Amino acid sequence: MFKPLETPPSDEQLSFTFDGKPVAATRGMSVAGALFQSSTDAIRNTPVSGSARGPFCMMGACYDCLVQIDGVTVQACQIPVTDGLVVSRVPNTHKGAE
Amino acid sequence: MMQSQFDIVVVGAGPAGMSAAVEAAKHGATVCLLDEQQRAGGQIYRNVAQTTPAQAKILGKDYLAGGRLVQELGQSAVDHRAGVTVWNVGEDGAVTYSRNEQAGQVRGQHVIIANGATERPVPIPGWTLPGVITAGAAQIMMKSDGLVAQNAVLVGSGPLLYLVATQLLAAGAPPKALVETQTRRNLMSALPHFFGAVKDWKQLVKGMRFLVTLKRAKVPRYTAASEIAVEGTDHAQAVTFRAGGKDHRIETDMVLLHQGVVPNTQISRSLKLDHRFDDIQRCFHPVTDALGQSSHPLFSIAGDGAGIGGAKVAAISGRLAALNALASIGKIDAGLRDTQAAGLIRSRQSELSIRPFLDVLYTPPEEVFAPADDTIICRCEEVRAGDIRKFAAMGCDGPNRTKVFGRCGMGPCQGRNCGLTVTEILAAEHKRTQNEVGAFRIRAPLKPVTLSELSALSDTIHQDKTQ
Repeated sequence: MFKPLETPPSDEQLSFTFDGKPVAATRGMSVAGALFQSSTDAIRNTPVSGSARGPFCMMGACYDCLVQIDGVTVQACQIPVTDGLVVSRVPNTHKGAE
Repeated sequence: MMQSQFDIVVVGAGPAGMSAAVEAAKHGATVCLLDEQQRAGGQIYRNVAQTTPAQAKILGKDYLAGGRLVQELGQSAVDHRAGVTVWNVGEDGAVTYSRNEQAGQVRGQHVIIANGATERPVPIPGWTLPGVITAGAAQIMMKSDGLVAQNAVLVGSGPLLYLVATQLLAAGAPPKALVETQTRRNLMSALPHFFGAVKDWKQLVKGMRFLVTLKRAKVPRYTAASEIAVEGTDHAQAVTFRAGGKDHRIETDMVLLHQGVVPNTQISRSLKLDHRFDDIQRCFHPVTDALGQSSHPLFSIAGDGAGIGGAKVAAISGRLAALNALASIGKIDAGLRDTQAAGLIRSRQSELSIRPFLDVLYTPPEEVFAPADDTIICRCEEVRAGDIRKFAAMGCDGPNRTKVFGRCGMGPCQGRNCGLTVTEILAAEHKRTQNEVGAFRIRAPLKPVTLSELSALSDTIHQDKTQ
């Protein structure tokens, strides 16, 4: 899917969690970028059909990369990763969801 | 307390916004520059001041050239507020934004809108699958995330497609294929514009060099491709298409779409400024004069947000908009404005000489404007092209009514991804022009805001008034 251009220096390496699972990132990366790096492209389900969605435009225009941080729904491509950040999926509100 | 009254407020810190802000400050105006990103540069020069040597090598000279503007901005007296999301621009010049859950408001005697372009929506079957991103998104990830898309299949047409492909190649991740939609007929129609384009022969040579590089690296290119679709259930798995009279299927988990960029008109629409459909660029442009003055005296528009011209043109039009703004608030007189503008207008004209050739050569194929009935066009509400045609048959005569008929354009992206397609489908169904059909009405908040941001705003405004 994605590979890093270069190996980041160790003091630039960060870690955060997505739905409780640890994700590695480099300082300067957005949450969406870091998720892509960890081969996570499907990050939510649409409310209408429940189908999988992931980041699309990476510039804050499409709203497909929605996640939750501190209970607030935000665009994962607009949030720089900070060490220890806790990110979760937006609740799947599709009628067919368990 | 942060300053809230300025001579000029600029929205967007890409090439247009940066040069507008710097030019205005140079003439002694107080300037506030608001931008959504953490650092100035826009999408084109994104992260340019922080590039590592590896990034610099891959992204190239044209990208690094943006560093000078960022530097000039840093040395100027401009009040640059980074990481702020503008969600309302009032007719009185008040611009409201939020940053880290806090709301703020600044007011300009004149406002320059420099909010750039977005990728044209490319509604094809499967374009909502995870793993399908825009070509611009792949470039953004090289610039600011330091990540390279692997085994990508690039789909569409236009110069950016080749630029991104060669950048991926340079980064050691050769694309699996380019699936291009331009046809021989596009080339024939573009030829009359070739002599105009020759004036900018350096750009033409650069374009040719991209193609030679891709050929040498043996990256397969399919042209005049049609019936393009992405296969997959929870992720992209393959791109299928017809080209050269044959059906093709290329496996990949990474599809990069591109059919050119279009002006971001969210702010200009929300202000109900005049817009016109441009038949060649096939999108709406806000109506402006040569200096960027819009149909409302308080607002100028600079850069790709006024019509697609690229980064160099945007930087020039930013300076022109600054001169326009400075003269309109009496900071400079009309004579100085016109002398300084004349040379800038000439150099913009010469930078634009390649544009008609490119616009015609890489015009999107009809299937982008008339997707098959079961193709999703509104990504947020999952409305399909056939739904819009059904609404049209039921009497839906304008984009705003598609919201009532079936929630199209009512999701969080507020029509950014479906607006143009809705206009095109309704125009085709009712046999009217895109101008007659019009576009979605856009209302504040331009981006979703939380209630706590709203209440923080009322506190800020209250403090302002009691001071």
